[in-house]
Amino acid sequence: MFIPHTSQDREEMLQKIGVSSVKELLSKIPQELLYPALGLPKALTEQELSAHVRALAARNQPLKNFIGAGVYEHFIPAAVGALSSRGEFLTAYTPYQAEASQGTLQTIYEFQSCVCSLFDMDVATASHYDGATALAEAALACLRITGRKEILISAALHPHYKEVLKTYVRHQEGVRVKESPVGADGTLDLDALSKNLSDKTACFVLATPNFLGCLERADEVSARVHQAGALLTALVNPVSLGVVQTPGSYNADFAVAEGQPLGNAMNFGGPGLGIMTAKKMYMRQLPGRIVGIAKDKNGRRAFVLTLQAREQHIRREKASSNICSNEALCALNAVIYLTLLGPKGLQEVAGLNLERAHQLADLVSKIPGFKVKFTAPFFNEFVVECPIPAKQVIKKLAKKGISAGYALGADFKGLENCLLVCATETKTAADLQAYADALGGI
Amino acid sequence: MHTEENCRFAKTHEWAHMEGDIATVGISNHAQEEISDIVFVDLPKVGQQVTAGQNCCVIESVKSASEIYAPVSGEVVEVNTALANDPALVNREPHGNGWLFKIKMTAPAEYENLLDLNAYKATLGK
Amino acid sequence: MRWGVFKMETILTHNQLSLEKSRPGRRGVRFETAQKPASAYLPEGYLRRTAPKLPELSEFETVRHFTRLSELNYCLDGEFYPLGSCTMKYNPKAYELLSSLDGFTQMHPFAPESAVQGTLKMMYDFQELLKKVTGLAAFTLQPAAGAQGELTGILTARAYHDARKDFKRTEVIVPDTAHGTNPATANMAGYTVINIKSAADGCVDKGALQNALSDKTAVVMLTVPNTVGLFEKDIREIADMVHKAGALFYLDGANFNALAGLVKPADLGADLMHLNVHKSFAAPHGGGGPGAGPVGAAAHVAPFLPKPIVECKNGKYTLSGKMSKSLGKMKAFYGNVAVCLRGYCYLRQFDDNTFKEIAENAVLNANYVRAALKGKFNAFFDCACMHECVLSIHPAEMNGVHTSDIAKRLLDYGFYAPTIYFPLIVPEAMMVEPTETESKQMLDAFVAVMEKIYNEIQTEPQTVKDAPHSQCVCRIDEVSAAREPNLRW
Repeated sequence: MFIPHTSQDREEMLQKIGVSSVKELLSKIPQELLYPALGLPKALTEQELSAHVRALAARNQPLKNFIGAGVYEHFIPAAVGALSSRGEFLTAYTPYQAEASQGTLQTIYEFQSCVCSLFDMDVATASHYDGATALAEAALACLRITGRKEILISAALHPHYKEVLKTYVRHQEGVRVKESPVGADGTLDLDALSKNLSDKTACFVLATPNFLGCLERADEVSARVHQAGALLTALVNPVSLGVVQTPGSYNADFAVAEGQPLGNAMNFGGPGLGIMTAKKMYMRQLPGRIVGIAKDKNGRRAFVLTLQAREQHIRREKASSNICSNEALCALNAVIYLTLLGPKGLQEVAGLNLERAHQLADLVSKIPGFKVKFTAPFFNEFVVECPIPAKQVIKKLAKKGISAGYALGADFKGLENCLLVCATETKTAADLQAYADALGGI
Repeated sequence: MHTEENCRFAKTHEWAHMEGDIATVGISNHAQEEISDIVFVDLPKVGQQVTAGQNCCVIESVKSASEIYAPVSGEVVEVNTALANDPALVNREPHGNGWLFKIKMTAPAEYENLLDLNAYKATLGK
Repeated sequence: MRWGVFKMETILTHNQLSLEKSRPGRRGVRFETAQKPASAYLPEGYLRRTAPKLPELSEFETVRHFTRLSELNYCLDGEFYPLGSCTMKYNPKAYELLSSLDGFTQMHPFAPESAVQGTLKMMYDFQELLKKVTGLAAFTLQPAAGAQGELTGILTARAYHDARKDFKRTEVIVPDTAHGTNPATANMAGYTVINIKSAADGCVDKGALQNALSDKTAVVMLTVPNTVGLFEKDIREIADMVHKAGALFYLDGANFNALAGLVKPADLGADLMHLNVHKSFAAPHGGGGPGAGPVGAAAHVAPFLPKPIVECKNGKYTLSGKMSKSLGKMKAFYGNVAVCLRGYCYLRQFDDNTFKEIAENAVLNANYVRAALKGKFNAFFDCACMHECVLSIHPAEMNGVHTSDIAKRLLDYGFYAPTIYFPLIVPEAMMVEPTETESKQMLDAFVAVMEKIYNEIQTEPQTVKDAPHSQCVCRIDEVSAAREPNLRW
């Protein structure tokens, strides 16, 4: 199955090497430690494995999903998976040998092009692990560029992103992470933001929509951040950009995103797709792979990994990041998705998300005891205040086959009764009504 | 004007040329040959304090990144902005228009400790 | 009608961008239209002003575009990759099929735990299997790739030392043969990197290590088998030296496929290690990712691993376990679960007996290539290797050809190139790793082509220098690409 050699092959090979057994080739390994007992379970045939893994999948329950909170359920056209699962993409190596990797290289170049246009930014990388690590790496770049030591973040940043950011900067000397609060409408308190910004602020991390689903007054935030001489790093939902203002339009210096909503399944949160973009002047501060256009010696267009002198395999301990891979296959899904949708399709999907979420908000706000918590504009997510703890609502709705949302109490004090609810284009009018009915029936 | 002959050299292949208390800094012809096609020069910032022997600039080729050490201590007062659009200038004229930056020296005696061309060339043979 | 008017160059549109093929108004997929425009829901200032410049193609054009692009790739399903240190081994199709089941892909990371018991059980059992094959006490599945696994490991070590208030440890020791990620990782964790030279036999110079070790050493990072394909013969002794200095021993598991089943890293004295699911086990490389880099820890270090780790309480699987000493989170959610699922499938297909055969065959294949090429391409370290060997031609026989030329010439013969110019300590190095899944017939074909190229170098070196001749593009001008970067359309 996995090993092709026949015993005759093996004999011939050992003979050529000049040993009588493979064990002879392992003489440097402490012999008393060789061949330990592992206690692995019985080996499964492919047929047994298939039955076993299908049974595991069946243990998961397909609830009607109304959770967003960083990972979003969208319709994925069949062509996306059909193309990206081709062995030519799936089993290709990192495109270091450009001549043998033009397919992967061109798809990454097209990914970078689509992302730049979608975000209205100058340059994009070939992708990072996920949105959270892309954000952390952007913040590290801001520290290097400004020489300042403080990262100011929105209090309404995704709690996991906060933790990852703190992990990444914890051992940078003198660096601290500070939060700027949100006001009663669910968006940043701009006066507090101005007070928190200072000549120590390297960058402000803006999330829009933020973790409470609210869209921020990004132009206003940007002006204040730049006035303080700090850089603006924006975290956005890429699908929202079909209808919502772009990071480029409000002069973001770096813009990052979780790219999963673009043609990638939820997969219990991983793999993700870290999108990282920047203004051109910060191009060389970007960590990770970047593909550029080049010419071959006959003057024909070719694609190649470029600006590699930034990377760990050349700079070693002087590299700004240790990142070595990208999420190439997820980026491929994203670029196929964007190619299939085009500008009009993306606008349609974004428009549907906007509409379904607002329709659901209307339905929910009519249920006695429930209300939409914040008044700020939102995209496909919003916060519902319930008459009982949100955790109980989730339990009750799970029994009715519905994943009700994300309970905010653990991350935001005072929001124990609040539920972050998401409706994308995957939810029909009937789904929305069923959700409202279930909520009303509690 | 600085030429190969009127410069002083560090063993680490940087050259310096002194006019008053200003030292113009670049890399030697040998160094540019070793690095070969230069694609980017990451220059220090004007106003930055540098110390002799310490890294203050990086020169990139396609497959390498080379650190440039300040040959003398002081404050960077000017950088060669022409390199932003034409980094290959360092390859073409390492001792002329391909200079990197200028330092206002705080310890001019350091300059005297650098090697002259012959002494520098003697180190290359080793 | 006029035949033959168009030259190949004009009709070959294989590298035309989707954005160039684009025609306004074409589309590949249609959605229903919202009842109201976006401006009905959002105030003017929040709206996008101009549409993005995305390709406008039909579904068929999109399918054809990406199918054509895929055909420009070398891929493991089609060709042999002798890429040293990259372990390009076969990825069974069953794992792709099974990991794409809706029951897994449609799961939201914040779904109620009761609804995702299948996924959580898989993750828990994968953790348990990793513990069995390494002998380590605990595993986190969180790191998204090997390099992030390294960072996780080093940050875990740092959390361990910090918890003991042992703040004087500021250095990480790395041998000069290490992958570039090792020193870059140590730097990201805020440590000073101490590089130590290797001994003439390609292994760690114990004297150099002893000199570098002190009460400032936080971690010693070692790749086993090392990056020249050799097993560190004194590894137990090295581990003792590291532990005696109060430091932790980090084992870079990048080459664990050659060790799995032969020896347990815990028995070698490892305190921490990462695995690369695509190399150690089997998950497709994907043209550069996604990977997964689970990190294992010995009992005394385990409490500091990132959270959460899947636990099993009374038959229920949960992520809510308390880890008060944990370093925090390395990425959002719980790791690249879909990649871990492939690793899980792999481990379930072997028992103790069959598992060790894989590593044995990795070793057998590498040594076979080493022996078969001897005399023309010689191993830099003339001894039995593990899963890969470092080869080079005698400088006098190179005729002005460089290793990079040989790599390009191999493409002409339908083989991917070996890893070249790595490790840095070997001039003109070619690192060949056949992996355990290649047949003898494929290795013989590779050897025959290598010998042919060797003969070309002696008789017609220019042919090799100008290679590749058969690819869709020739040698690429990387200098201009880096000087004037064009990174988007």
